[in-house]
Amino acid sequence: MTKYKMHLLVCGGTGCRASASDAIVGKLQKELDEKNLQDEVQVVMTGCFGFCEKGPIVKVLPDNTFYVQVKPDDAKVIVEEHVIKGRKVEKLLYKDPADQKEISDSKHMGFYKKQLRIALRNCGVINPENIEEAIARDAYAALAKVLTEMTPQQAIQEMIDSGLRGRGGGGFPTGMKWKIASQNHADQKYVVCNADEGDPGAFMDRSILEGDPHSVIEAMAINGYCIGATKGLVYIRAEYPLAIERLKIAINQAREYGLLGDDILGTGFSFDIQLRYGAGAFVCGEETALIHSMEGERGEPTFKPPFPAESGYLGKPTNVNNVETYANIPVIYLKGANWFNKIGTAKSKGTKVFALAGKINNVGLIEVPMGTTLREVIYEIGGGIKDGKKFKAVQTGGPSGGCLTEKHLDTPIDYDNLIASGSMMGSGGMIVMDEDDCMVSVARFYLDFTVEESCGKCAPCRIGNKRLHEQLDIICKGKGTLADMDKLRNLSHVIKDTSLCGLGQTSPNPVLSTLDNFYDEYLEHVHDKKCRAGVCKDLMQYIIDTEPCVGCTACARVCPVGAISGERKGPHTIDQTICIKCGACMDKCKFNAISIH
Amino acid sequence: MVKVKSLADLQNLKANLQTKVDLREKGDSAERLVQVRVAMATCGIASGAKKVMEFFIDELEKRNIDAVVTQTGCMGYCYAEPTIEVKLPNQDPVVFGYVDSKKADEIIEKYIKNGELVPGIIPVNYETIDNNNQ
Repeated sequence: MTKYKMHLLVCGGTGCRASASDAIVGKLQKELDEKNLQDEVQVVMTGCFGFCEKGPIVKVLPDNTFYVQVKPDDAKVIVEEHVIKGRKVEKLLYKDPADQKEISDSKHMGFYKKQLRIALRNCGVINPENIEEAIARDAYAALAKVLTEMTPQQAIQEMIDSGLRGRGGGGFPTGMKWKIASQNHADQKYVVCNADEGDPGAFMDRSILEGDPHSVIEAMAINGYCIGATKGLVYIRAEYPLAIERLKIAINQAREYGLLGDDILGTGFSFDIQLRYGAGAFVCGEETALIHSMEGERGEPTFKPPFPAESGYLGKPTNVNNVETYANIPVIYLKGANWFNKIGTAKSKGTKVFALAGKINNVGLIEVPMGTTLREVIYEIGGGIKDGKKFKAVQTGGPSGGCLTEKHLDTPIDYDNLIASGSMMGSGGMIVMDEDDCMVSVARFYLDFTVEESCGKCAPCRIGNKRLHEQLDIICKGKGTLADMDKLRNLSHVIKDTSLCGLGQTSPNPVLSTLDNFYDEYLEHVHDKKCRAGVCKDLMQYIIDTEPCVGCTACARVCPVGAISGERKGPHTIDQTICIKCGACMDKCKFNAISIH
Repeated sequence: MVKVKSLADLQNLKANLQTKVDLREKGDSAERLVQVRVAMATCGIASGAKKVMEFFIDELEKRNIDAVVTQTGCMGYCYAEPTIEVKLPNQDPVVFGYVDSKKADEIIEKYIKNGELVPGIIPVNYETIDNNNQ
């Protein structure tokens, strides 16, 4: 049935394209035509291989040979040697950096693959609405192992040994959390899954729940066994209808199979899960606020201690973990803590899922081992900055995090390094910015969000963030002074030090980190009344150059506020007091007579 | 539906299901099943995955191709949604991005029928836990 005997896959990712993959395709095709092989061998351009550093890449199927740094002139030797004689072209093979040995088969060069999928192991592989496919891929095997072979204490110890830390952002060791909850005695305890994912641009938890809900259900049951809870609750935002639907289907299927409910696997352990819906308040990602929201109270945080492990849902000991944390857990029990704690860095074990977004070529959901650098994530996996523009910053940790710059690109990503760099892991949103982004506006954007999402309970957060936002707004409008910049910094520290919960304690981070890393840009806004990225509208003017203007009146007709005047066939001018800086005139002008100053 | 009552039950069930899935994935000359997986997370659906899935279900049947079309979760290639994975018998799966009805038609006619690759392939760039045994 297969017409072609061999395929030559040429990487068509942006990086490889820039280094002449088009020419390679052309040359390969030409060589094949000359040898009359065009009906037996097919040349195809593919998406990014994620190995841009060694591009352009050519992969040969069916033998999986992987050629790196191929030049258009190499087409001849690939066709003559490999295609015709079946001999690999040694000089184009990838050399293992460790021992300089050539590696020919891409299946044996897993290390070039920067990503490792643990939490996402079943996402995009199984049908999430069919428990049988999940079971075929080891779902509930970890639960069975824990229930039949381990005591709760042993299971908790395994979790502590694995070094897993909370993936919701805080990074608290999961095993320790379980241990504390297990030591508090009560007639009823609860296990809660925090699926209130609220960071702008983050969608890791949603994707896990939509792609592999059983991993979360299984891990919650294990969690229940460890701490002595028989009831589990998933707090999920109503804005995630598909995740809710698939989770419901999965819970029902697990009940039908006897993997949830009474006497699971004949071990006497009972556990069941219910859903609780959140209305989408960011603050409800904070565990005390989340618990209050589940109880039907206002979604406001309360002072800790008491921690939920002592007094949580309905006053009972409660363990709250995030979706991604749970998704890791079954694998840890199946492969062992010693397998897991070899992945990652000294203090951050395992992998982290990131939602890669912004001005990047391969926007997507990725999972990399802790310790991967930002450069690898952005340039290798993400395929670099869109349209060949210059990298400016990457924002991690959402509204609680900060911006990292060029100088942080080679920092290995883990909890502690990110905090040391002035940002944080957060839940895993990663927004890449290029030279067209104004950092003052970015800080203002995040403050917009926090002002909106502050619950209003404590004054520093409710009033402080509002004032912080006003200061930023003044600077963006070009009315700021140097004194305003001092105020920004002082106020930020006061808010951080005095707010009740994590929301307020971290909300000034975007301001502080942009102040630290992009002080010049703030200064330009204040001093020169200039926004170098051309984002702050109040700091720019659209001006018509009278030289190229032919007086076609196109701009005057398209201006929605009538700010442009001039005689037909004579030069036109823009009245700056009326102009709303929408840019419509510039788009319309055929003579490039309008520019931004 | 039989309840899973013990560890042995679960292990048997897993073994059975795995054979079932293996049989479907690997196939044999008697059973030349083509497998199409459509990434159907919120993002995929928003960019038209449902339509693509329906297209495959309808068209593969009309064109008399023995195939299974299933949905799955997010494959992670948001920039190239809708994405699908096609597994021909005895071959490694191939992921295609930017699939609309026109592309789907091309995939059926060229790849599924003739084994001829079409542009839009996304190479797998991650490692799975199955082959990570460091």
